[in-house]
Amino acid sequence: MDTEIVGQSPRGRSLHRFANPGRFLRLSGAVLPWLSVGALITVSFGLGWGLFFSPADYQQGDAVRIIYVHVPAAWLASAGYLSLAICSVLSLVWRHPLADLAAMEIGPVGAGFTAVCLATGSLWGKPMWGAWWVWDARLTSVLVLFFLYLGHIALVRAFDDPTRGHRAGAILALVGAVNLPIIKFSVDWWNTLHQPASINFTSAPSMAPSMLWPLLISAVGFTLVFAAIVVARTRAAVMERRIRGLLMARAAQAEA
Amino acid sequence: MTRKRRRLYVLLACGIGLGSATALVLTAFNDNLVFFVSPTDMAKGERMGRQVRLGGLVEKGSVQRGGEGRPATLFRVTDGAASIGVSYSGILPDLFREGQGVVVLGALQPDGTFKANEVLAKHDETYMPKEVAEALKKSGQWNPGAGPPPPAATWNATAPKAEGK
Repeated sequence: MDTEIVGQSPRGRSLHRFANPGRFLRLSGAVLPWLSVGALITVSFGLGWGLFFSPADYQQGDAVRIIYVHVPAAWLASAGYLSLAICSVLSLVWRHPLADLAAMEIGPVGAGFTAVCLATGSLWGKPMWGAWWVWDARLTSVLVLFFLYLGHIALVRAFDDPTRGHRAGAILALVGAVNLPIIKFSVDWWNTLHQPASINFTSAPSMAPSMLWPLLISAVGFTLVFAAIVVARTRAAVMERRIRGLLMARAAQAEA
Repeated sequence: MTRKRRRLYVLLACGIGLGSATALVLTAFNDNLVFFVSPTDMAKGERMGRQVRLGGLVEKGSVQRGGEGRPATLFRVTDGAASIGVSYSGILPDLFREGQGVVVLGALQPDGTFKANEVLAKHDETYMPKEVAEALKKSGQWNPGAGPPPPAATWNATAPKAEGK
């Protein structure tokens, strides 16, 4: 017994522990209620603070409040795509079955957050810039991200054999990942109408603390909402696959 | 294990190839990816008569609002090194003012002025309440007509004090 455990690489073992769908269902079933309640509380606190109690901006007035929805949605659109890319690596290299299902379920959620980001950005752009939409590098690259999500959603469901769909989707997701640094750095590499990032890791945020805190709390809330939806969808997908397996087995038995 | 490792290496190789290809393409198209050109680039005159976007700050003291007898608003767009006179008749965005960033769409005229048919306001990445902005102006740290607010590090630590908390 001991030699067997030592013989296995620790990395492979820990990865495949979560490949067991039964274990995933038990673990996620225990976590999901807490995750959902935490997400609801954080997002209502962050948005409530941001939309009603934070100060108005010195030049944008109350229109600045859209930042508490727009920026977290934009962060999650990118972070969601990053998680999609990570699932795709796990799926292509380690053939991780749960990663396939997770990638399939992340797609629509990420597309939804990207749509929120684009819509709120457009609503913000009209009063401040004077245009609903411009073709600058930041806006265009985020629109490309939205189309990548839509393409992934369509591609993973386009094959009769789900495995082939997951392979094709994973390759598309990884090719599209090249867009992520372009989105992030578009405002630094080229002239854009969109302003550069207010918050980065190298200097002080160019936001007053009374506006920064509600934004960060709202971003944590959006992250928890994203995670809760993806976990719930992946659970449903695992159970769906189980039920399909059971029905197939029963049908085969009845035929025999 | 070897097959997994091989797949990982293939994936890494593809990633490096794709990444460098993208970097090369973006570098090659660099001139076309910018949303606007600066007055310095515009002054070189290569874009005469073509529809382009000019971006920069509205020069302090240069705005002449349209009124009786003159339909167009006149102002100058500057990037510090060069400035170009712009005429525009239409509704200006709310954020338009001296010292503010703008992007104007239009064409350079033979007389060296720029005739705009669209004016967009560009705001910077600074967000602060009115009280903080007032405190900065009062203490002389920031003159709004001269450009964007000072770097965040110089005022963000003082912001809670300025709010009177």
